[in-house]
Amino acid sequence: MKGPSAWTVFWRTVIGRAYPRIIGAQREKSWVFFEIFLPLLSVTAYVFIYRAVQAPPEFIGFVVLGGAMSAYWLNVLWSMASQLYWEKETGNLELYIVAPTSRMAILLGMALGGVFQTTLRAVAIIAIGTLLFHVPMAATSVPILLGVFVTTLVALYGMGMLLSSLFLLFGREAWHFSNLLQEPVSLVSGFYFPVRALGQVVAAAASILPITLGLDAMRQLLFPAMLGDLRFLSPLVELGILSGLAVVFLFLAHRALAFFETLARREGRLSVRGQ
Amino acid sequence: MAMERRRGVTWRSFRTATWLGWQIESNWADPFVFAIYSLVKPLSGALILVFMYAVIAKDGLGSPLFPGVFVGNALFIYVPAVLAGISWTIMDDREHYGMLKYVYAAPVNVLAYLIGRGVAKALVATVAVVLTLLLGTLALGVPIRFAAIDWPLVAAALVLGSAMLALFGILLGAVTMVTARHNYGVGEAVAGGLYLLCGVVFPLDTLPPWLAAVGRALPITYWLEAFRRALLGQSAASFAGLSDVALVGIIAGSSVVLAALATVCFRLAERRARAKGLLDMQTMY
Repeated sequence: MKGPSAWTVFWRTVIGRAYPRIIGAQREKSWVFFEIFLPLLSVTAYVFIYRAVQAPPEFIGFVVLGGAMSAYWLNVLWSMASQLYWEKETGNLELYIVAPTSRMAILLGMALGGVFQTTLRAVAIIAIGTLLFHVPMAATSVPILLGVFVTTLVALYGMGMLLSSLFLLFGREAWHFSNLLQEPVSLVSGFYFPVRALGQVVAAAASILPITLGLDAMRQLLFPAMLGDLRFLSPLVELGILSGLAVVFLFLAHRALAFFETLARREGRLSVRGQ
Repeated sequence: MAMERRRGVTWRSFRTATWLGWQIESNWADPFVFAIYSLVKPLSGALILVFMYAVIAKDGLGSPLFPGVFVGNALFIYVPAVLAGISWTIMDDREHYGMLKYVYAAPVNVLAYLIGRGVAKALVATVAVVLTLLLGTLALGVPIRFAAIDWPLVAAALVLGSAMLALFGILLGAVTMVTARHNYGVGEAVAGGLYLLCGVVFPLDTLPPWLAAVGRALPITYWLEAFRRALLGQSAASFAGLSDVALVGIIAGSSVVLAALATVCFRLAERRARAKGLLDMQTMY
């Protein structure tokens, strides 16, 4: 008896892994509170800092956009990078390993589901933030803006897939590592202020994180006059670098998954819980 | 005799939980990595504020608002640490380690146990708070002068504030006991709200009046004000008419009310959790 082709299995796996994040998550309505309302609180706190020092309204736009994009970074950290650690803790990882499917398909399904879930949250933050704080946004080039946004996500989730493979070896340190990468990345990627303020050298080093360049390019395209002296690189150059990062991260994720899975099997770390 | 035995159980529960909490917090890495981990997060949070002020405030870090904001942000490190530390213990023990039911089966004072677990987080937070304040004083021009610090006010704020935060944590622990696991814990969620409402990083009057009124009803706002007065010798315009004694009185009074509320809510949540079989619930969706 002939079974489904490898291609069919690949896409079934992608859909199967994305399903709980796209459909399943909607059954637990509390996500609206935890995923939209809570991030909005921290965004609002940063908005009031700028209000307290009477910053131009565009800076409030920087914060709202940074808050929306930070949702993707948090999703990459907690729902991509740490995911295989959670799966190990809940006993699912062994099932993934023994299933006759591609592990890349599982990661891709996680990423697509995560992008969908987080886009709802990011759109809500931008919509509510813009309405609540009267942010003046005017896109200078919608195609480039969309290109930057999509390429940022591909590169970012490629990075998430790479981290996910790396975290296969981790125990409790996976949780701490994700926790550690929140505030420092908010700082060096300029989530709440233009990254150029950190200086060219730090901004260049932080460009290894796709969200740094993505945010800077999107701010330039949405608030062209305001960013002026604070722009890091031109949006087209940033788009080019982001495209390169996307290819590199996806390639590395593919190689790393095979390598770290073999290593984790050999060292018996795939089924160790409560470490 | 029975009273003495109860005291013994309470002290042992507290002491053992503190030690256990410290082990859970720290033994996943070697001490050097753990030290870096404990400091990088809070220092990064403080530096975000520094750059926001440096980029936009008219006088940069010389802005008259900056010292109060910096000190408020540094002291606020305690809030998520203790609130989340205590409430997340319920979740961690129940769903990650599967130990909560054994804690209840053992001769343990659960409230003392939870506070002990929070103490471990508070110890790590203390190092972060001190180093953040040192960074502010030595490198960013925050005018904290050792000789001019109002130590009695610091001591009162520290003791009463610790009790108040621990009681807040117990209250949230009661909520956690009867709710499912979410991406964020209830402790982090509430800490996020308090960060906005308590005027941690901007003067309370910047908020719309109805939100500022909510902030004025929260004891943590007064706790932060006490520390600003003690360390900087300056008070926020919103609290200029309030004496130091009144400030300490508000924090003490709130702690008494919180103690009653937290104990009642926690006992009710415990009863409900036992009745509904929630002590070993698994909700890792």
